[in-house]
Order: sequence, then C-alpha cells, then structure tokens
Amino acid sequence: MAKSVEKSGRTVDEAINAALAELNIDLEDAEVDILDEGSKAVLGLFGGKEARVRVTENKPDSKVLREFLGIVVDTMDVEVRLNIENNEDALRADIYGEDVAFLIGRHGDTLQALNYLSNLIINKEKENYRRVIVDVEDYRKKKEENLRSLANRTAAKVVRYRRPVSLDPMQAYERRIIHTELQNHEYVETVSQGEEPNRCVTVRLKPNANLRNNKYRGSYRKRY
Amino acid sequence: MKELLVYIARQLVDNTDAVSVNQIETEKAITLQLSVAEEDMGKVIGKDGRIAKAIRTVIKAASRNEDKPVYVDIV
Repeated sequence: MAKSVEKSGRTVDEAINAALAELNIDLEDAEVDILDEGSKAVLGLFGGKEARVRVTENKPDSKVLREFLGIVVDTMDVEVRLNIENNEDALRADIYGEDVAFLIGRHGDTLQALNYLSNLIINKEKENYRRVIVDVEDYRKKKEENLRSLANRTAAKVVRYRRPVSLDPMQAYERRIIHTELQNHEYVETVSQGEEPNRCVTVRLKPNANLRNNKYRGSYRKRY
Repeated sequence: MKELLVYIARQLVDNTDAVSVNQIETEKAITLQLSVAEEDMGKVIGKDGRIAKAIRTVIKAASRNEDKPVYVDIV
C-alpha cells in the first residue's frame, strides 16, 4: 500500500500537488519529504533550481478498510451502517443493515472471505501484524458465544461419561475458540485431529484428572 | 462488478499498473478475466488458491443483482 513518488516543480507546492495527483490521494493521507526546496532564478532567467519532493501514501488503516468495504457494499447496492473501531488488539468493522444476509453467506463463507481479504489488504507491507475482524449483524459474536457454550457443555459431558468426545469439523478460528475456552479447564484438555477440511476438536479427560467429588456429578437430568 | 475486481486486485499486488480485467459476457454467464504481472500471480492466488477462492466468493456475493452467474478467471 505504501506507494511513493518523487516529483519536481517550480515551487514545493507545485511538486507536492503533482505527486498527489499521480498517487490520486489527498494531502491528509500523505507523508511529504522535501528533498530540495529549489531556488528562484536570478532575474527569472538564470540558475533557477526546481523543487523536489517525495510523497508517500500514508492512509490510516481504518480509512483503507472503510474504503474497501464501502466499495464492496456499493457494488452490491445495499444500504448499510459501517462502524469501524480501532482498538488495541484488533481493527474491527461492524456492518449493520437490513437485507445483509448475503454478506454472511452459507455458513459464513462470504463473511470469512471478506475478513480474509481485509486482513491481506491491511497487512500488506506491514511489519507488525494487525488483526482485522469484520462482522455483519453480530454474526461472529453470536457464533462465538455459541461455540463457547458448546465447549462447556461438551466438557461436562466428557467428565460425566469419562470418555473423549469429538466435535464436528470446524474452521481454524472456530477451533481456536474451543481451545481457548477450555485451556484452563480442571479436568479436560483439547486437541485438534484430522486433516483440513475435516479437522475437528476432540475434548478428552486430562491423564491425571482427579474426578473425585467433581462438580459435574449427578444425573444429566438433574443438572440441565 | 469489474471495478470491484480491479479494486481488490490493485490492493493486493505490487505492480498496480499491470492489473487489468477483461469482461466477457455470453448469454448464460459473465466471465471476468483478471490478469496481473507475472511476479504478482502469487498475491492474487495465494497458498492453495486461498486468496483466489476468497476473491471469487466476494465477487459471487456481489453479483447477486446480475441475472446470470459471474465467474472469475485468473489468466
């Protein structure tokens, strides 16, 4: 993304404007280095030196992301509200609107693709990886909650029946949610097994789990 | 549709001038032929075609207003 051009002109301003025009950006999205201030020609004729500048594109991430998602949404011809939040651990884009289901797609396929491309675009030529999360109508948030509750229910089942349980195949980020949710669990541990796209999480008892007096005892009915 | 594909491709490659999209429309379908500089091929295809797949998915979703399917070819 960090494109840069060098331009010369009669004055510094002229050179900057020429560079901005070539990059097709506004001054506020640019970083300007003045290489040579130039000098006026004597009597307007002799010894004049042109000014040289280097202009580098420097658009804030949130602006780049807004532009990308804006173009996608415009092409689809839908009205949406786009909320962009830049916080410590991630750059978040939340899309709200009526009739945005197709932005999510089957099993969240389209949302996943949008998210992946956003990550690529934002992290192009960047040293420090910036996590980008795109969400449509809180789809991801709800899905995460569901996965966390699935993780806990499965853990309870594993402890009760004392045998491992494998979950359905999931994508990497979905599996990660399960792993994270159960990583500090007292009795169970999680592993991913199988090959993509059929890789799935297995929840099993820790080898040294001491199940005496565990809080999951009792009949299934009584607890749930 | 074509503009969207050009935009996405430009964001991903190094050599933005070499990005071009050729639209071929037949009775049954629209095909968008994307071409990029040789050295940028990997940037629009990705490991195991992951980026290409994501691009196709987004284009497919964006083409819901078209009356025929839109395909993306990388040539």
